[in-house]
Amino acid sequence: MLEIRDLSASIDGKPILNGIDLVVPTGEVHAIMGPNGSGKSTLSYILAGREGYAVTGGEVRLDGVDLLTLAPEERAAAGLFLAFQYPVELPGVGNANFLRTALNATRRARGESDLDAVQFLKLARAALRDLAMADDMLKRNVNVGFSGGEKKRNEVLQMAILKPKFAILDETDSGLDIDALKIVAGGVNALRGPGFSALVITHYQRLLDHIVPDRVHVLAGGRILRSGGPELARALEESGYAALGLEAVSEDTAAMAAP
Amino acid sequence: MSAAFAETGLPSRKLEAWKYTDLRPLAALAPAPAPEIVDTAALAADLPPLPGPRLVFVNGRRAASLSVPPPADMVADLATEGDPARFAPAPLAALNTQFAQDGAAIHVPAGHDAGTLALVHLTIAEDAAPVFVHPRHRIALAQGATLTLIEYAGGRGVYWQNPVVEIVLAPGATLRHVRIQAEDRESFHTATIFVDLLAGARYDAFTLGLGARLARSETHARLGGAGAIAHLAAVQLLRGTQHGDITSVVAHDAPGCASRQTVKNVVDGHARAVFQGRIEVARAAQKTDGYQMSQALLLSPDAEIDCKPELEIFADDVKCSHGATIGALDPEQLFYLRARGIPEAAARAMLVRAFLAEAIEAVSDDAARTLLVRAIDAWWEGAR
Repeated sequence: MLEIRDLSASIDGKPILNGIDLVVPTGEVHAIMGPNGSGKSTLSYILAGREGYAVTGGEVRLDGVDLLTLAPEERAAAGLFLAFQYPVELPGVGNANFLRTALNATRRARGESDLDAVQFLKLARAALRDLAMADDMLKRNVNVGFSGGEKKRNEVLQMAILKPKFAILDETDSGLDIDALKIVAGGVNALRGPGFSALVITHYQRLLDHIVPDRVHVLAGGRILRSGGPELARALEESGYAALGLEAVSEDTAAMAAP
Repeated sequence: MSAAFAETGLPSRKLEAWKYTDLRPLAALAPAPAPEIVDTAALAADLPPLPGPRLVFVNGRRAASLSVPPPADMVADLATEGDPARFAPAPLAALNTQFAQDGAAIHVPAGHDAGTLALVHLTIAEDAAPVFVHPRHRIALAQGATLTLIEYAGGRGVYWQNPVVEIVLAPGATLRHVRIQAEDRESFHTATIFVDLLAGARYDAFTLGLGARLARSETHARLGGAGAIAHLAAVQLLRGTQHGDITSVVAHDAPGCASRQTVKNVVDGHARAVFQGRIEVARAAQKTDGYQMSQALLLSPDAEIDCKPELEIFADDVKCSHGATIGALDPEQLFYLRARGIPEAAARAMLVRAFLAEAIEAVSDDAARTLLVRAIDAWWEGAR
């Protein structure tokens, strides 16, 4: 279970999150929607432990573990996974080496033994097949020369291999055509079960047709302004944020949200 | 070596070519000739894993017990007099000429592919006063001949290793030269390499420098025949207070030649890296293609790199370019790796290896590449 209590944060002294309360019980998938600059990506980065943000109040616990005091790798070891909105390119780092290093680091944190190259390849090839990805994806450098859709699939591949307890998908649907969207959604749905929960950040209802959330939250101005069932996402899609009394924030604020 | 000799014999920083590398700590050492080690067989564990023929030198003397000799027709008489004009810009080569005792003279006959040969230097100065060794090698490849030469330098204690390698490549000959400098961190290592390339010859060098308190690798390549190609690649890994200097001078004396000088520096702690690259294009050397690039990754706020590109061009139809990049590890890349559960130290190591990957992969000899990777891994292990 992920518990976010009264979380406030700022970048360079400018408040971005203003008291977020959000609980995602184990086994559930929640969606966060919201206008540009509402703080969605800031929330995902703060959960994952990226530098450059000042947490000014509140707490975040994953199954009781205080995440905010942990280094990014310790959060990953605790079972957290962030599918990046903009996955970085790692020239010179082979995808297979990267995935195996990450998997073995995760396994060690769980008290499991390392997988050797053969065991890893077997597991990785199965995961690639499930995501309709070519085997040569493993030979390429991480995200280098990948299309937008390939990068997002590579994020979901990492998630499928690392099997986190809690995943944050930050606009994983952006840049995907409908076929890729279905594949990515299938990858997320395959992980759904009593030991997995997720926070899906998106602008569009489209993704939520394929990853049907248990709850939908609307984030604006750094706060959760409304929560509801999947019907809330459809209402937003039809009438927009303004109809719900939610003002889109100004471009300035939107720019500030990206450090 | 007397103190008076050290003062006059070692180049000072007043010389432009030595502006960034100060040899006064070496002069202060006042090293003496290295004594002979009688029981060389006991040093077998110090040898790097190099299969195939190898000539091993211990304290500058050939150690038959550790060597696996190449075919007899490859070994020639060693001449140590040197060409005064050629040696003029390299004062340490002149010193080598004065003190050289032993070395290898290798000759590969025309059209012959001689495979791989290793030259290994071990210098042992434990429990003794500082010593010096001046190895002298001469490598000659006849027309169309091919050789991969792996040089390895390591040792224990306080010493100064000052090798000179003279290389002559006849028309169409190809030499791949992989050099690994993994000397004791208390030692000094200054190498001077002279390469003469005739028409269509090719020299592919890769130098890895990660040992020694102070190291300099100085290459003088002369492209004297049309269509010759020289690629001087180097990687330096420096930390603590290490000083590493890669200096190369490429003289284009003939038309249609190509040269590449590519250096990657990884500098941590208070260490200092130097790259001096010079391209000289003579009036006759039309259609020269010269390229030079220095890239540096500074891992600490106190790490330093000094880059000095020099281009001297007298021909009017040439393509010469140079560049330098200096940066730190990318925090976004580091965060991405850590967010996947990879601990910070391992993530940093991964990104540094990635920075070096392209250069290492370009080394075609499997044994040499394996040795390079091992040396780099050992450097990382020692960093922790």
